[in-house]
Amino acid sequence: MDRRSFVKTSAAAFGGLMLSTHVVEALAQGTGPVKIGLLAPLTGVVAAGGKEIVEGFNLYWTQVGGKVAGRQIVVLVEDDGSNPDIALQKARKLVEQEGVAFLIGDLLANTGLAVAEYAKSNGVPYFMPVVAADDLTQRARVPNVLRVAGYTASQMSRPLADWAYRKKNMRKVVTISQDYTFGYEQCGGFAQVFTGLGGKIAGQFWNPLNTQDFSPYIAQIQSASPDAVFAMETGADANRFIQQWASFGMKDKIPLIGAQNFTDQSVIRTLGPEVEGIVSSAHFAEGNPIPATQKFVSDYQGAYKKLPSIYGFSFYSAAMWLAQAMEAINGQVEDRQKFLAAVREVTLTNSPLGRPVHLDAYGNPVYDVYIRQVVKKPGGGYWNVPLETYPQVSQFWTYKPEEYLKQPSYSRAFQGISKG
Amino acid sequence: MNASKLKIRKTLVMAAIGAVLLALVPLVAPGYRTGLVTQVLIYALLAMSIDIMAGYAGRTSLCHGAIFGTATYVVMYFVTVAGGNVWIGCVLGVLAAMAVSLIAGLLAVRTNGVYFLLLTLALGMVVWGVCVRWTSVTGAENGLRGNVRPDWLADPSRFFYLVLVLSGLLMFAMWRFVSSPFGMSLAGIRESESRMRSLGYDTSRHLLIGFVFSGFVAGVAGALYALFNSFVSPSTVALAQSVMGLLMAILGGIGTLSGGIVGSALIVVLQNVVSSYTERWSMVLGLMFVLVMIFAPEGLIGTLRSRSGRRAARLAQTESQEGRV
Repeated sequence: MDRRSFVKTSAAAFGGLMLSTHVVEALAQGTGPVKIGLLAPLTGVVAAGGKEIVEGFNLYWTQVGGKVAGRQIVVLVEDDGSNPDIALQKARKLVEQEGVAFLIGDLLANTGLAVAEYAKSNGVPYFMPVVAADDLTQRARVPNVLRVAGYTASQMSRPLADWAYRKKNMRKVVTISQDYTFGYEQCGGFAQVFTGLGGKIAGQFWNPLNTQDFSPYIAQIQSASPDAVFAMETGADANRFIQQWASFGMKDKIPLIGAQNFTDQSVIRTLGPEVEGIVSSAHFAEGNPIPATQKFVSDYQGAYKKLPSIYGFSFYSAAMWLAQAMEAINGQVEDRQKFLAAVREVTLTNSPLGRPVHLDAYGNPVYDVYIRQVVKKPGGGYWNVPLETYPQVSQFWTYKPEEYLKQPSYSRAFQGISKG
Repeated sequence: MNASKLKIRKTLVMAAIGAVLLALVPLVAPGYRTGLVTQVLIYALLAMSIDIMAGYAGRTSLCHGAIFGTATYVVMYFVTVAGGNVWIGCVLGVLAAMAVSLIAGLLAVRTNGVYFLLLTLALGMVVWGVCVRWTSVTGAENGLRGNVRPDWLADPSRFFYLVLVLSGLLMFAMWRFVSSPFGMSLAGIRESESRMRSLGYDTSRHLLIGFVFSGFVAGVAGALYALFNSFVSPSTVALAQSVMGLLMAILGGIGTLSGGIVGSALIVVLQNVVSSYTERWSMVLGLMFVLVMIFAPEGLIGTLRSRSGRRAARLAQTESQEGRV
């Protein structure tokens, strides 16, 4: 390569780099549009959920006419690629180049953890309505990272354990879960409460992500003859497990209970009668007959022709939550401390849940959690309908936060199982 | 003799111009874009380390992402979990990367072609597997995080200059390495290993030294990546990382060394800029890759080089016809 062609190539490379990233550093003070940086996995393993994240978030802003406290809302969407390295890079871009007022988003725990670390170093408010990694609002909490309209993984499965032991008199349960942190945490929440009451965990199976064939697990579960099996599977794994469970004829033999993602709309949307009757626990149940929920469900259906999943719901409520905080401070989101304080103070009463929601002192919402069952929806399809309510469930269940935080994080090795 | 001196001078002049241009980056494009160029340099080192083996020794490795990520993991663990000094961590990280490449090299250098590819692929997967399963140390999918960059380096432009100086030194070292007699012997092995062996060269040892040297470069890149990101997770050691490094080297041109810089710039820009406009950015990348393979099969730099080489040959021919030489 001669000098001229070198200059040409380098000029092209750097020209491309500079041009593409034109400077728009208009740090609006007070009256200009509020720029929101939304990170969503639009490519990669959880791309389907990522799309619903954008849908749910935008639905709310459209409903309020794209304006809050007299300021226009501009949502800048970036693809985190289901990959923490890309998520981090995009977070930097949104904050340092686009000058967003705050960040919201991500689905997978590792992407959320990466962005939370960046937010910690930089002070930018970051909200994560779906990232459920326990420690982000527990042992590794950061003041400017809040789980607005989100939940911790172990929070939701605890009421189910209580219900199984007390209401259904189940004493011996087997768990099967995806072999990664989200699974350890949901299973850990269940196992700790269940064994704390005196129940027995007769076995725990950990299947790798993307298990095609569950038959070896199903055979082992059958031979353990438990009172119930607690399943924690997401996405395609949940789909396959439910189908194979039914085709092995287990559906009417051993009761199947699951973590909230197990029977989320994103899973059961494409399934038939094999999902009917599965019990799970969550703060949101799209089949809840109360008007607040049904209005949201029909709005979402009207906009996107499908029932809302946990992803769409969470980001819709998060938008609502942030809008309420913005109203409270007259849209002055540039004052980060004031804005974060306002977000912490919100009690959300008009969300699709129809029940008030607020953050605990650690930045995680306290919910009324439903025990819900999958039933046939009038007009076709299946949805989750509440059976019972556990009011005011926090991420610490009935434990004292200070004492709870002394125990290690849930892992394969530590499931909080009490002996005896 | 004269011609090769001229070539060396040309390369040095080009490198100097490149360095000056890059040194201006924080002035004209501060903040986020300086960060992007920092990332380009770090990945350029990874791509070039792959090119040493792929382009000069004819051994395409699919475990350099794992070697790179090993260094990142060691730095993150040493600083955030063990609470050690960041520079000692970096040294340990590079040593760990070299250890991994030594093990991988010992197993892989006796093979070539598709067997080398598969063996390095498997070794890379082992590293990835360890990072995913050894939860107590690596934090599994959640990874390790925490600020590891010392305060005086917190400013992105300062960090950029550190990366620029280090990568400049390493690139110079790599260039010396491949144009040294030792580098020539690697090229000889690429052309015909049996002939080199019959000439008395210990080909396996040569390949092993080449592999560990390239692992050293990948390790430094990995350690810098830890300082850059303050975060590591299994995606840093995953196969996708190795493939991305290789893709960068191929786009720029295998066996050109400097092609790694161009390839890295292209892919990083594509990943960060095009993806804001369309979620189908990987399709754009694929399309670009196909086009490059059709119209510039030797990679961008490789094709430019052979074109200017042909032109020089033509000029020399006309000159000699005119009887000036």
